[in-house]
Amino acid sequence: MKISTIKDLLEAEVICYPEGLGLHVYSACGSDMMSDVLAYVKDQAVLITGLVNSQVIRTAEMMDMNCVVFVRSKMPTAEMIELAKESGIVLLATSKRMYEACGILYSNGLIGNRVKNV
Amino acid sequence: MSDVLNFHFEVDGNDFKSAGHASFLMKKNLRQLGLPPETIRRVSIAMYEGEINMVIHARGGTADVNVYEDCIEIILKDTGPGIKNIEQAMQEGFSTATDNIRSLGFGAGMGLPNMKRYTDYMNIESEVGVGTTITMKVNLI
Ligand SMILES: Nc1ncnc2c1ncn2[C@@H]1O[C@H](COP(=O)(O)OP(=O)(O)OP(=O)(O)O)[C@@H](O)[C@H]1O
Ligand SMILES: [Mg+2]
Repeated sequence: MKISTIKDLLEAEVICYPEGLGLHVYSACGSDMMSDVLAYVKDQAVLITGLVNSQVIRTAEMMDMNCVVFVRSKMPTAEMIELAKESGIVLLATSKRMYEACGILYSNGLIGNRVKNV
Repeated sequence: MSDVLNFHFEVDGNDFKSAGHASFLMKKNLRQLGLPPETIRRVSIAMYEGEINMVIHARGGTADVNVYEDCIEIILKDTGPGIKNIEQAMQEGFSTATDNIRSLGFGAGMGLPNMKRYTDYMNIESEVGVGTTITMKVNLI
């Protein structure tokens, strides 16, 4: 799924790195616990989270993720935006809640279980 | 051996926001060395989990990464409280993290198991009241 499609489906605002909107993601992970996210290596995944601190961006960076969606209208800090730009990560913000955001992406074909063996 | 590369990082235990910076810098170094993305990701995740642990459980420490011809070695050293029961700490879901740490997105009890899973070798040496040293290796072949 194209990141721009995720943006449209979730009626999300692009917070930074619009250059990456044309990139594709193939799986998704919704969590507020970063080690849960780090437990599964997926190729080109999108992270959906309600957590707002620098470690969200660090986690995405370690996982080679190129998009993070913040739910419930949470806004990343200036510092987080800087980190994301530096790593080429698209940040999106949606007013939808976690359950709804995940449900919309799932029902539109972004199935999150394409786990790669490590 | 002259073809060993060493990288040393100080991990500040008083600054949660900047935690992960050493892993971030190391990841850049590994990219410059042209290593396979999968290897880089495994090293980065393992080092990041360890770095976060040093910050949230042990007031910081040091990270040393040695790049050998056949493997990458990560040594994380702290002088924190130590781990009482290593076997228990290694179990998925075991955590002593406070609610405050949980609200920061950590404390699922997945860090150490992740480190074990993403590396080819892991050893924990820990003494209560003295500190913890974790050595991990990721094979390059
Ligand atoms: N460097 C350390 N010094 C002291 N105790 C540690 C250290 N690393 C881990 N521990 C102990 O081991 C437990 C398990 O660690 P682990 O990384 O698996 O989970 P966590 O850090 O609590 O949560 P998560 O990693 O999922 O965010 C910790 O809760 C803590 O009690
Ligand atoms: Mg941990």
